Amino acid sequence: MPGSPPAGQPVGEPPEPGQSGVLRIERLEVTYGRTVRALRGVGLTVAGGSVVALLGANGAGKSTLLRAVSGTLRLHGGAVTGGTVRYDGRVLDGADPVTAVRSGVVQVPEGRRVFGGMSVEENLRAGRLGLAGGLRRGRGSDAAGARAARERVYGLFPRLAERSGQRAGLLSGGEQQMLAIGRALMAAPRLLLLDEPSLGLAPMMVERIAEVVRDIHAQGTSVLLVEQNAAMALALADYAYVLEVGEVRLEGPAGELARTDEVSRLYLGEAGEADTAAGADAERSAG
Amino acid sequence: MSTAFDILLNGVALGSVYALVALGFVIIFKASGVMNFAHGSLLLLGGYLTAVLHERLGFYAALALAVLATALVAGAVDLILLRRLDPHATHVLTILTIGVDIALMTDLTRRIGGDLLSLGDPWGGSVSTFGGSTVPHTRIASIVVSLLVIGAVFAAFRFTAWGLSLRAAAEDREAAALMGIRLHRIRTLAWCLAGALAALAAVFLVAFPAPGLERTTGEIALKAFPAAILGGMTSPPGALLGSLLIGVTEALVAGYEAELSALGGGFGDVAPYAVMLLVLLARPNGLLGEKEAIRV
Repeated sequence: MPGSPPAGQPVGEPPEPGQSGVLRIERLEVTYGRTVRALRGVGLTVAGGSVVALLGANGAGKSTLLRAVSGTLRLHGGAVTGGTVRYDGRVLDGADPVTAVRSGVVQVPEGRRVFGGMSVEENLRAGRLGLAGGLRRGRGSDAAGARAARERVYGLFPRLAERSGQRAGLLSGGEQQMLAIGRALMAAPRLLLLDEPSLGLAPMMVERIAEVVRDIHAQGTSVLLVEQNAAMALALADYAYVLEVGEVRLEGPAGELARTDEVSRLYLGEAGEADTAAGADAERSAG
Repeated sequence: MSTAFDILLNGVALGSVYALVALGFVIIFKASGVMNFAHGSLLLLGGYLTAVLHERLGFYAALALAVLATALVAGAVDLILLRRLDPHATHVLTILTIGVDIALMTDLTRRIGGDLLSLGDPWGGSVSTFGGSTVPHTRIASIVVSLLVIGAVFAAFRFTAWGLSLRAAAEDREAAALMGIRLHRIRTLAWCLAGALAALAAVFLVAFPAPGLERTTGEIALKAFPAAILGGMTSPPGALLGSLLIGVTEALVAGYEAELSALGGGFGDVAPYAVMLLVLLARPNGLLGEKEAIRV
């Protein structure tokens, strides 16, 4: 029966000591519909307790990479056709989303995707449904964990506590983003995958989301942050990767990367669109 | 006004049975986006099993077994046939349920033939008289049982992990998957529950004063179909409301047949669909249907 401990512990390769909570992606290839290669040989590491930014233009493959980690590629007709995704030594490529959630990796989808017809409180409850024993055990030992998780979320987002009975569909965009993050935090992840959390939000709200990411990180959760808002992402991250047409173009410590000409030209808005292609090809030094 | 009271009671009793069936439609639709055209034959299967088992096992044991078996068959339809296919191709899955319906119905028709089977329910033809109205006990039983069962299902939607998972998956499959909700399992359980409700509904659909289970009983159940649609298809309370509306309409048309003779005989069969059309003309999303009104 599914529901027993997640399958996929690799044989003969225990998690390396001192490396707990590491997301390690190696030579990852993802193909949609057997023909469209969305990722080609991508390597990426998120060390335990760090914030890593993943930058890139539309269609670069950022969301695809997150899907490969969270196990939702299949819902989009995609599949991992090469390489590995491991979290804490546990194989995540080809696994289902439940495996990721139970390993401690939870994704906040792009566009927030809160359950609009359900109340704020119910959305938060839904965030715990994937944990072990969710359907069968339900109550009991889980209740204390749920309470602690809810308190953490309401502590981060007092606004959600005020609106706990309201339908999520009626919240503002920023509040929905908070709810989406809060919902993911209910599963007490050790690694949070954030897909474009600032998309479509007012500058003040972007600021607020950035604070929240800092707080979450300070509480001991690693973050893999996918963003088009490079200024925000680089300010938050320790390390950053730039994806371009399915490949890693650049990588490096976030501070360094922010100072390179290429990144500032392409992603920090100091150049026109026309320079994009030439600029990307010209410099590959920062990695 | 004993006739008016009789008619209303008949209508509510009928509506409560339709509600069991309509709720099944809605649960399956929410969980898998499929209109289950095999629902009528599932209902017939439940009724048939109760009919053939009750003499040996007694009514309640037979009913329990029939409900369980129908739930398993419904779950198997999902597990064996639908799960292999692309969940987005809901039109294909819907057509597949027509195939299931034909196969199941053909076999049951072969078994039942021209017979009229009794389900052996304990109420039989007993009646009580209240102030000049004669009320069959089956009517009261159907209202009470439906209320209890529907109440339990509604509570499950709200308070259980399964209910929450179902609602979350119905709203957004991917977001639900990202929470670690097992979409397949939720869906199969939904089919099982809908099958169980249909088997239960069969008892009251064919109980006194109806003559008994016959091979066309499954078709009668399809009157719950407009009830589910006019309720909004995704809304369980809507299905309930729709069922009551259809039940009462049918009872009214039957009760005042003489006055409605201008419409021709047998208008009672058409009435549910006429009501559905009228409601949908005024409210295209049904009575309580979701309008895609979510702020982005």
